[in-house]
Amino acid sequence: MDAIYLDNNATTRVDDAVVAAMLPFFTEQFGNPSSMHSFGNKVGLAIKKARMQVQELLGAEHESEIIFTSCGTESDSTALLSAIKANPERKEIITTSIEHPAILNLCTHLEKEGYKVHYLKVDERGRLDLAEYARVLSDKVAIVSVMWANNETGTLFPVEEMAQMAHAAGVLFHTDAVQAVGKVPIDLKNTAIDLLSLSGHKLHAPKGIGVLYLKRGVRFRPLLRGGHQERGRRAGTENTASIVALGMACEQAMQHMHFENTEVKRLRDRLEAGILAKVPRAFPTGDVTNRLPNTSNIAFEFIEGEAILLLLNKFGIAASSGSACTSGSLEPSHVMRAMGIPYTAAHGTTRFSLSRYTTEAEVDRVITVVPEIVAQLRRLSPYWGETGPATEPEKAFAPVYA
Amino acid sequence: MWDYSDKVKEHFFSPRNSGAMEDANAVGDVGSINCGDALRLMLKVDPDTETIQDARFQTFGCGSAIASSSALTEIIKGMKLDDALKVSNQDIADYLDGLPPEKMHCSVMGREALQAAIANYRGEEWKDDHEEGALICKCFAIDAVLIEDTVRANNLSTVEDVIHYTKAGGGCSSCHEGIEEILTKVLAEKGETFSPHTVEIKEEAKPAKLTNLQRIKRIEMVLESVRPQLQRDHGDIELVDVDGKTIYVNMTGACAGCQMEALTLQGIQQKLMEDLGEFVKIVPSRAGSLSRAVCHP
Ligand SMILES: Cc1ncc(COP(=O)(O)O)c(C=O)c1O
Repeated sequence: MDAIYLDNNATTRVDDAVVAAMLPFFTEQFGNPSSMHSFGNKVGLAIKKARMQVQELLGAEHESEIIFTSCGTESDSTALLSAIKANPERKEIITTSIEHPAILNLCTHLEKEGYKVHYLKVDERGRLDLAEYARVLSDKVAIVSVMWANNETGTLFPVEEMAQMAHAAGVLFHTDAVQAVGKVPIDLKNTAIDLLSLSGHKLHAPKGIGVLYLKRGVRFRPLLRGGHQERGRRAGTENTASIVALGMACEQAMQHMHFENTEVKRLRDRLEAGILAKVPRAFPTGDVTNRLPNTSNIAFEFIEGEAILLLLNKFGIAASSGSACTSGSLEPSHVMRAMGIPYTAAHGTTRFSLSRYTTEAEVDRVITVVPEIVAQLRRLSPYWGETGPATEPEKAFAPVYA
Repeated sequence: MWDYSDKVKEHFFSPRNSGAMEDANAVGDVGSINCGDALRLMLKVDPDTETIQDARFQTFGCGSAIASSSALTEIIKGMKLDDALKVSNQDIADYLDGLPPEKMHCSVMGREALQAAIANYRGEEWKDDHEEGALICKCFAIDAVLIEDTVRANNLSTVEDVIHYTKAGGGCSSCHEGIEEILTKVLAEKGETFSPHTVEIKEEAKPAKLTNLQRIKRIEMVLESVRPQLQRDHGDIELVDVDGKTIYVNMTGACAGCQMEALTLQGIQQKLMEDLGEFVKIVPSRAGSLSRAVCHP
């Protein structure tokens, strides 16, 4: 039995053709693109081609707006730190309460340095209140950073509209589009987005390669200074093999964009409907009518996510969970808490994220296995009775000592 | 993915003694759904012999919580209540060939459920004042609450102090930023600011040699100062004897024999040495307890 990989929001398999395209850059094409000799020249041309492939997928106006970095996190950090260095008199930042730690932990750090960070709240479906956003937008804000799609629920934020609003207020706008790039169409030249982060390993390129899109004319301060690579905006000898791979992966993502939003979406919907039809006391989280085509996040009440994952793993199925235990922290996922998902369900949230490699047979197998696993764990749970939740579960199990 | 031992996996995939027990005469409920793990332990105790005839559990929680519950029921079946009370969380972890540091609290929950069940059987009150914080030191599984309390109780002011008292930060040292944050916070409560530079230890004039009585008094004072922290963990320490450089103590309560004992003793020994200005060795007078802790660092 082959393993079933439904954790593509965590990372993806590198496409075979992408691997083939990058391999020569370890061996015969090992030159430094900055070198004057022919070893370097060819590599320089390959990087140029990759830059154009990325430009195409993002719909960027200029190839020079693409800066290669080492990962999504570096792109995020570079964007925010550049904005505050370029605007030292502005001491506020706007972001959302459900960003990836790459943004959130940087923001809590900046708070310690004296910045005021506005964390926009979300409702129970994970949606923002644009009126709240409008209220905090001011000329004191150095940058707005809002993710395009949430990694846990797939919920899409109206970043194009929000960028317009920031633009009108004279504030820079950055989006962490790590989960969105390659899954939804993006056309940056027709938006007011100033900066965008992406990460190769979420779209079938290798880990350890990212991009920061920087709109022409936006004031910028590099994170890494040194050599003149990336026009002095990101020093350090280029990761040529991975850059070539990312370029190729972007081209493939472009070709599969329609497939992703029809076939992958169909399989995701089939999976979600199939599970919900068979498992009582389970519900999808996030804004189900406005989300990535590949993501389904289901909360299973009264059981714990890590236990679900371990049992799924035994059946060869890979997924992920927002439970506290999977991260070693005490709180379940900040995304689930921000949406007000009750603790009875938040610990049991399970994310299934598909890719263009997912097959219908795989989906159907998961639909058969999941209900068994949930039933097995509920039999062990003190919050679950014979056929449903213990009547008033919080009372049936109410430790006097807790 | 956690690095679970085969034993943990085995007990998770096929838990022993799971499910409700109709005729239980001792029930211990601990944890809550908010924290992400909860355990109900049900025992059938023979009233004549005070022996645990049967044990079952129901657990809401992760893999190691379920495995710890399963292990606990296997360990205590057939035990006398008084012996069962001596089962420590380390015993549960050992039974499972160890737990990752982030998961040690699952074994603590097992021990607490056992104490709660026995208290329930005896009609006693059992209070769990065990509070858990975010895990700071991954090498020695030490959380923020413990560090904060220790810093407060002992007026600690440097990362080195924290290492000596709690062992937190004494391993790979990646958590020193987190420890500094705790120090900054606790010191700020007293209106002091944390300085990352270790204070120079003042070269005090060597005190004139202490009389035996003075020396014992000072030892007692040091032990007094650490008692609140131990009592918080249901433990205690008392001075048994002083023989030259060796100080014999008795560790009692929940802490005896657990992994923390060795760590705590090290901290206390350090404090005694600083206070007395001489090298001393602290030894638990109850043979066996420390050596076992050392076997499973
Ligand atoms: C939304 C989001 N932002 C940032 C990152 C970080 O990207 P990277 O792992 O390339 O640093 C991730 C992925 O882990 C992500 O999902």
